[in-house]
Amino acid sequence: MNYSDILMDHFKNPRNQGEIKDANGVGNVGNPICGDMMKIYIKVEKDKDGDDYIKDVKFQTLGCAAAIASSSMLTEMVKGMKVKDALKITREQVAEKLGGLPKEKIHCSVLANEGFKKAIAQYHGEDIEKSAEEKEIEEAHC
Amino acid sequence: MNKIYLDHNATTPIDPYVLGKMLPYYKDIFGNASSAHGFGQEAMKGIDWAREQIAELFGCKLKEIIFSSGATESNNLVLRGLLMSFRYAKKDNWDKKFHIITSAIEHPAILEPCKELEKEGLAEITIVGINDRGFVDLEEIKKEIKENTILVSIMYVNNEIGTIQPIKEIGKIIERINAERAKKNPKFAAFDRVYFHTDAAQATHYCDMKVKNLGVDFMTISGHKIYGPKGIGATYIKEGSPIRAVTFGGHQEYNIRPGTYNVAQIVGLGAAVELINNTKENAKINKRIEELRDKLTEELQKKIPDTFINGVMDNRVPANLNISFKNAEGESMMLMLDMEEIAVSTGSACASGSLAPSYVLLALGLSPEICHASLRISLGKFTTEKEINYVIKILPGIIAKLRKISPYK
Repeated sequence: MNYSDILMDHFKNPRNQGEIKDANGVGNVGNPICGDMMKIYIKVEKDKDGDDYIKDVKFQTLGCAAAIASSSMLTEMVKGMKVKDALKITREQVAEKLGGLPKEKIHCSVLANEGFKKAIAQYHGEDIEKSAEEKEIEEAHC
Repeated sequence: MNKIYLDHNATTPIDPYVLGKMLPYYKDIFGNASSAHGFGQEAMKGIDWAREQIAELFGCKLKEIIFSSGATESNNLVLRGLLMSFRYAKKDNWDKKFHIITSAIEHPAILEPCKELEKEGLAEITIVGINDRGFVDLEEIKKEIKENTILVSIMYVNNEIGTIQPIKEIGKIIERINAERAKKNPKFAAFDRVYFHTDAAQATHYCDMKVKNLGVDFMTISGHKIYGPKGIGATYIKEGSPIRAVTFGGHQEYNIRPGTYNVAQIVGLGAAVELINNTKENAKINKRIEELRDKLTEELQKKIPDTFINGVMDNRVPANLNISFKNAEGESMMLMLDMEEIAVSTGSACASGSLAPSYVLLALGLSPEICHASLRISLGKFTTEKEINYVIKILPGIIAKLRKISPYK
């Protein structure tokens, strides 16, 4: 597998790995058929402007190097950001920051973004039952 | 610690003895073995010698061995070559579809040419499954044989889980079916038979290779799985079995496999087989591999909780271990081992380029989670106890690290 040095570094030394006990949003995503399962924990608080921001974020991933590294990279990117800005981060940006992903591994990087969005949705008290669109994304992963 | 290679089911390092035998054919003995002059005849002597080694291993006639570029080509030759000779046998046969039976755990070098023959409308393919122990079912194969069945192709040893398939028993079933066909048909001849092929690429170093004991009509072997060179293999074609060439050219190999003789590689295959023909020494080597494999298996099971062996351990070649560690993903394990300079392989989708986990492990009835959590660790004759001890020392930490990252505990 042709992984970049950045990706391998995140795989070897994952940042923000673990769980947040008093998280106010958790995103649980993945599909056992694909082999990648992920949980993103967030702790959202108000910043000095009175906006929601990501005070802390952590992840747990069962999956391949690309899945572990993209969750590590995403958490590093969003940490400290305002929620509204963090939501704008795309999986392409995560992949780019990782120095690119092999084509067959792009689906692994989808999960981190989905997991994060789901955690935010839970924080907002939105329905976290699987939407039709989400199910479709999950199926598309495989 | 040097790099540790534990992926011998993928390929083996070349034995120094084999390389030594090959080198003169890359330098001084360069003649075209088909040439009648001295240069050519000296090269042909090397080929003759190699053919003798293989004939000894198979217990067959010299002319029953056809050299190829490896197991993939040999398998293609048997599948397509047999089918084509049936088609060419009678005018009516051009409109007929012939039936081939194979198994769900075959190598792609069987499954893909079968699919291709099906796509071309020439064959109908039946794929039999395996049980949760890792073996094909004799009754199922017997049941699937029908009037237009011309070939049963079942691998001798599976490349992922190492299970040794009941080739002798299948051979007996097919012999009985042919006897019944002969009883019913007074004109019973070559094109009324069911033929039997086995891809023995993974079996050659460990199993009985005598074709009479196995009851096979065709058999495939490969050089690089037995400490020989890559790009060379051989096909056993029982005398009288119809095979039409699939490539056309010169007269080499009785016109069945044309092309200038790949002399050095053929000699290399011969030398690798010569080592196996030293049965006493080879049995010792295999026993040592088995002891190391068993030690590795036991220690990993002892040291790492939630460990599962995929396929049963009895009736498995000594080199192979296929093991799953729940809540650790295969590609991640493989890469972490690679960072420690230990080479293994995995049945996880993530390492294969496709998105589905190993079809062999799925055929065992394992859940996708367990397939993704699998490692194939395959030992070889140069594997040392020190290396195995190192893996036993390193792997538990890797599994623990990955399980710590995992959302499941």
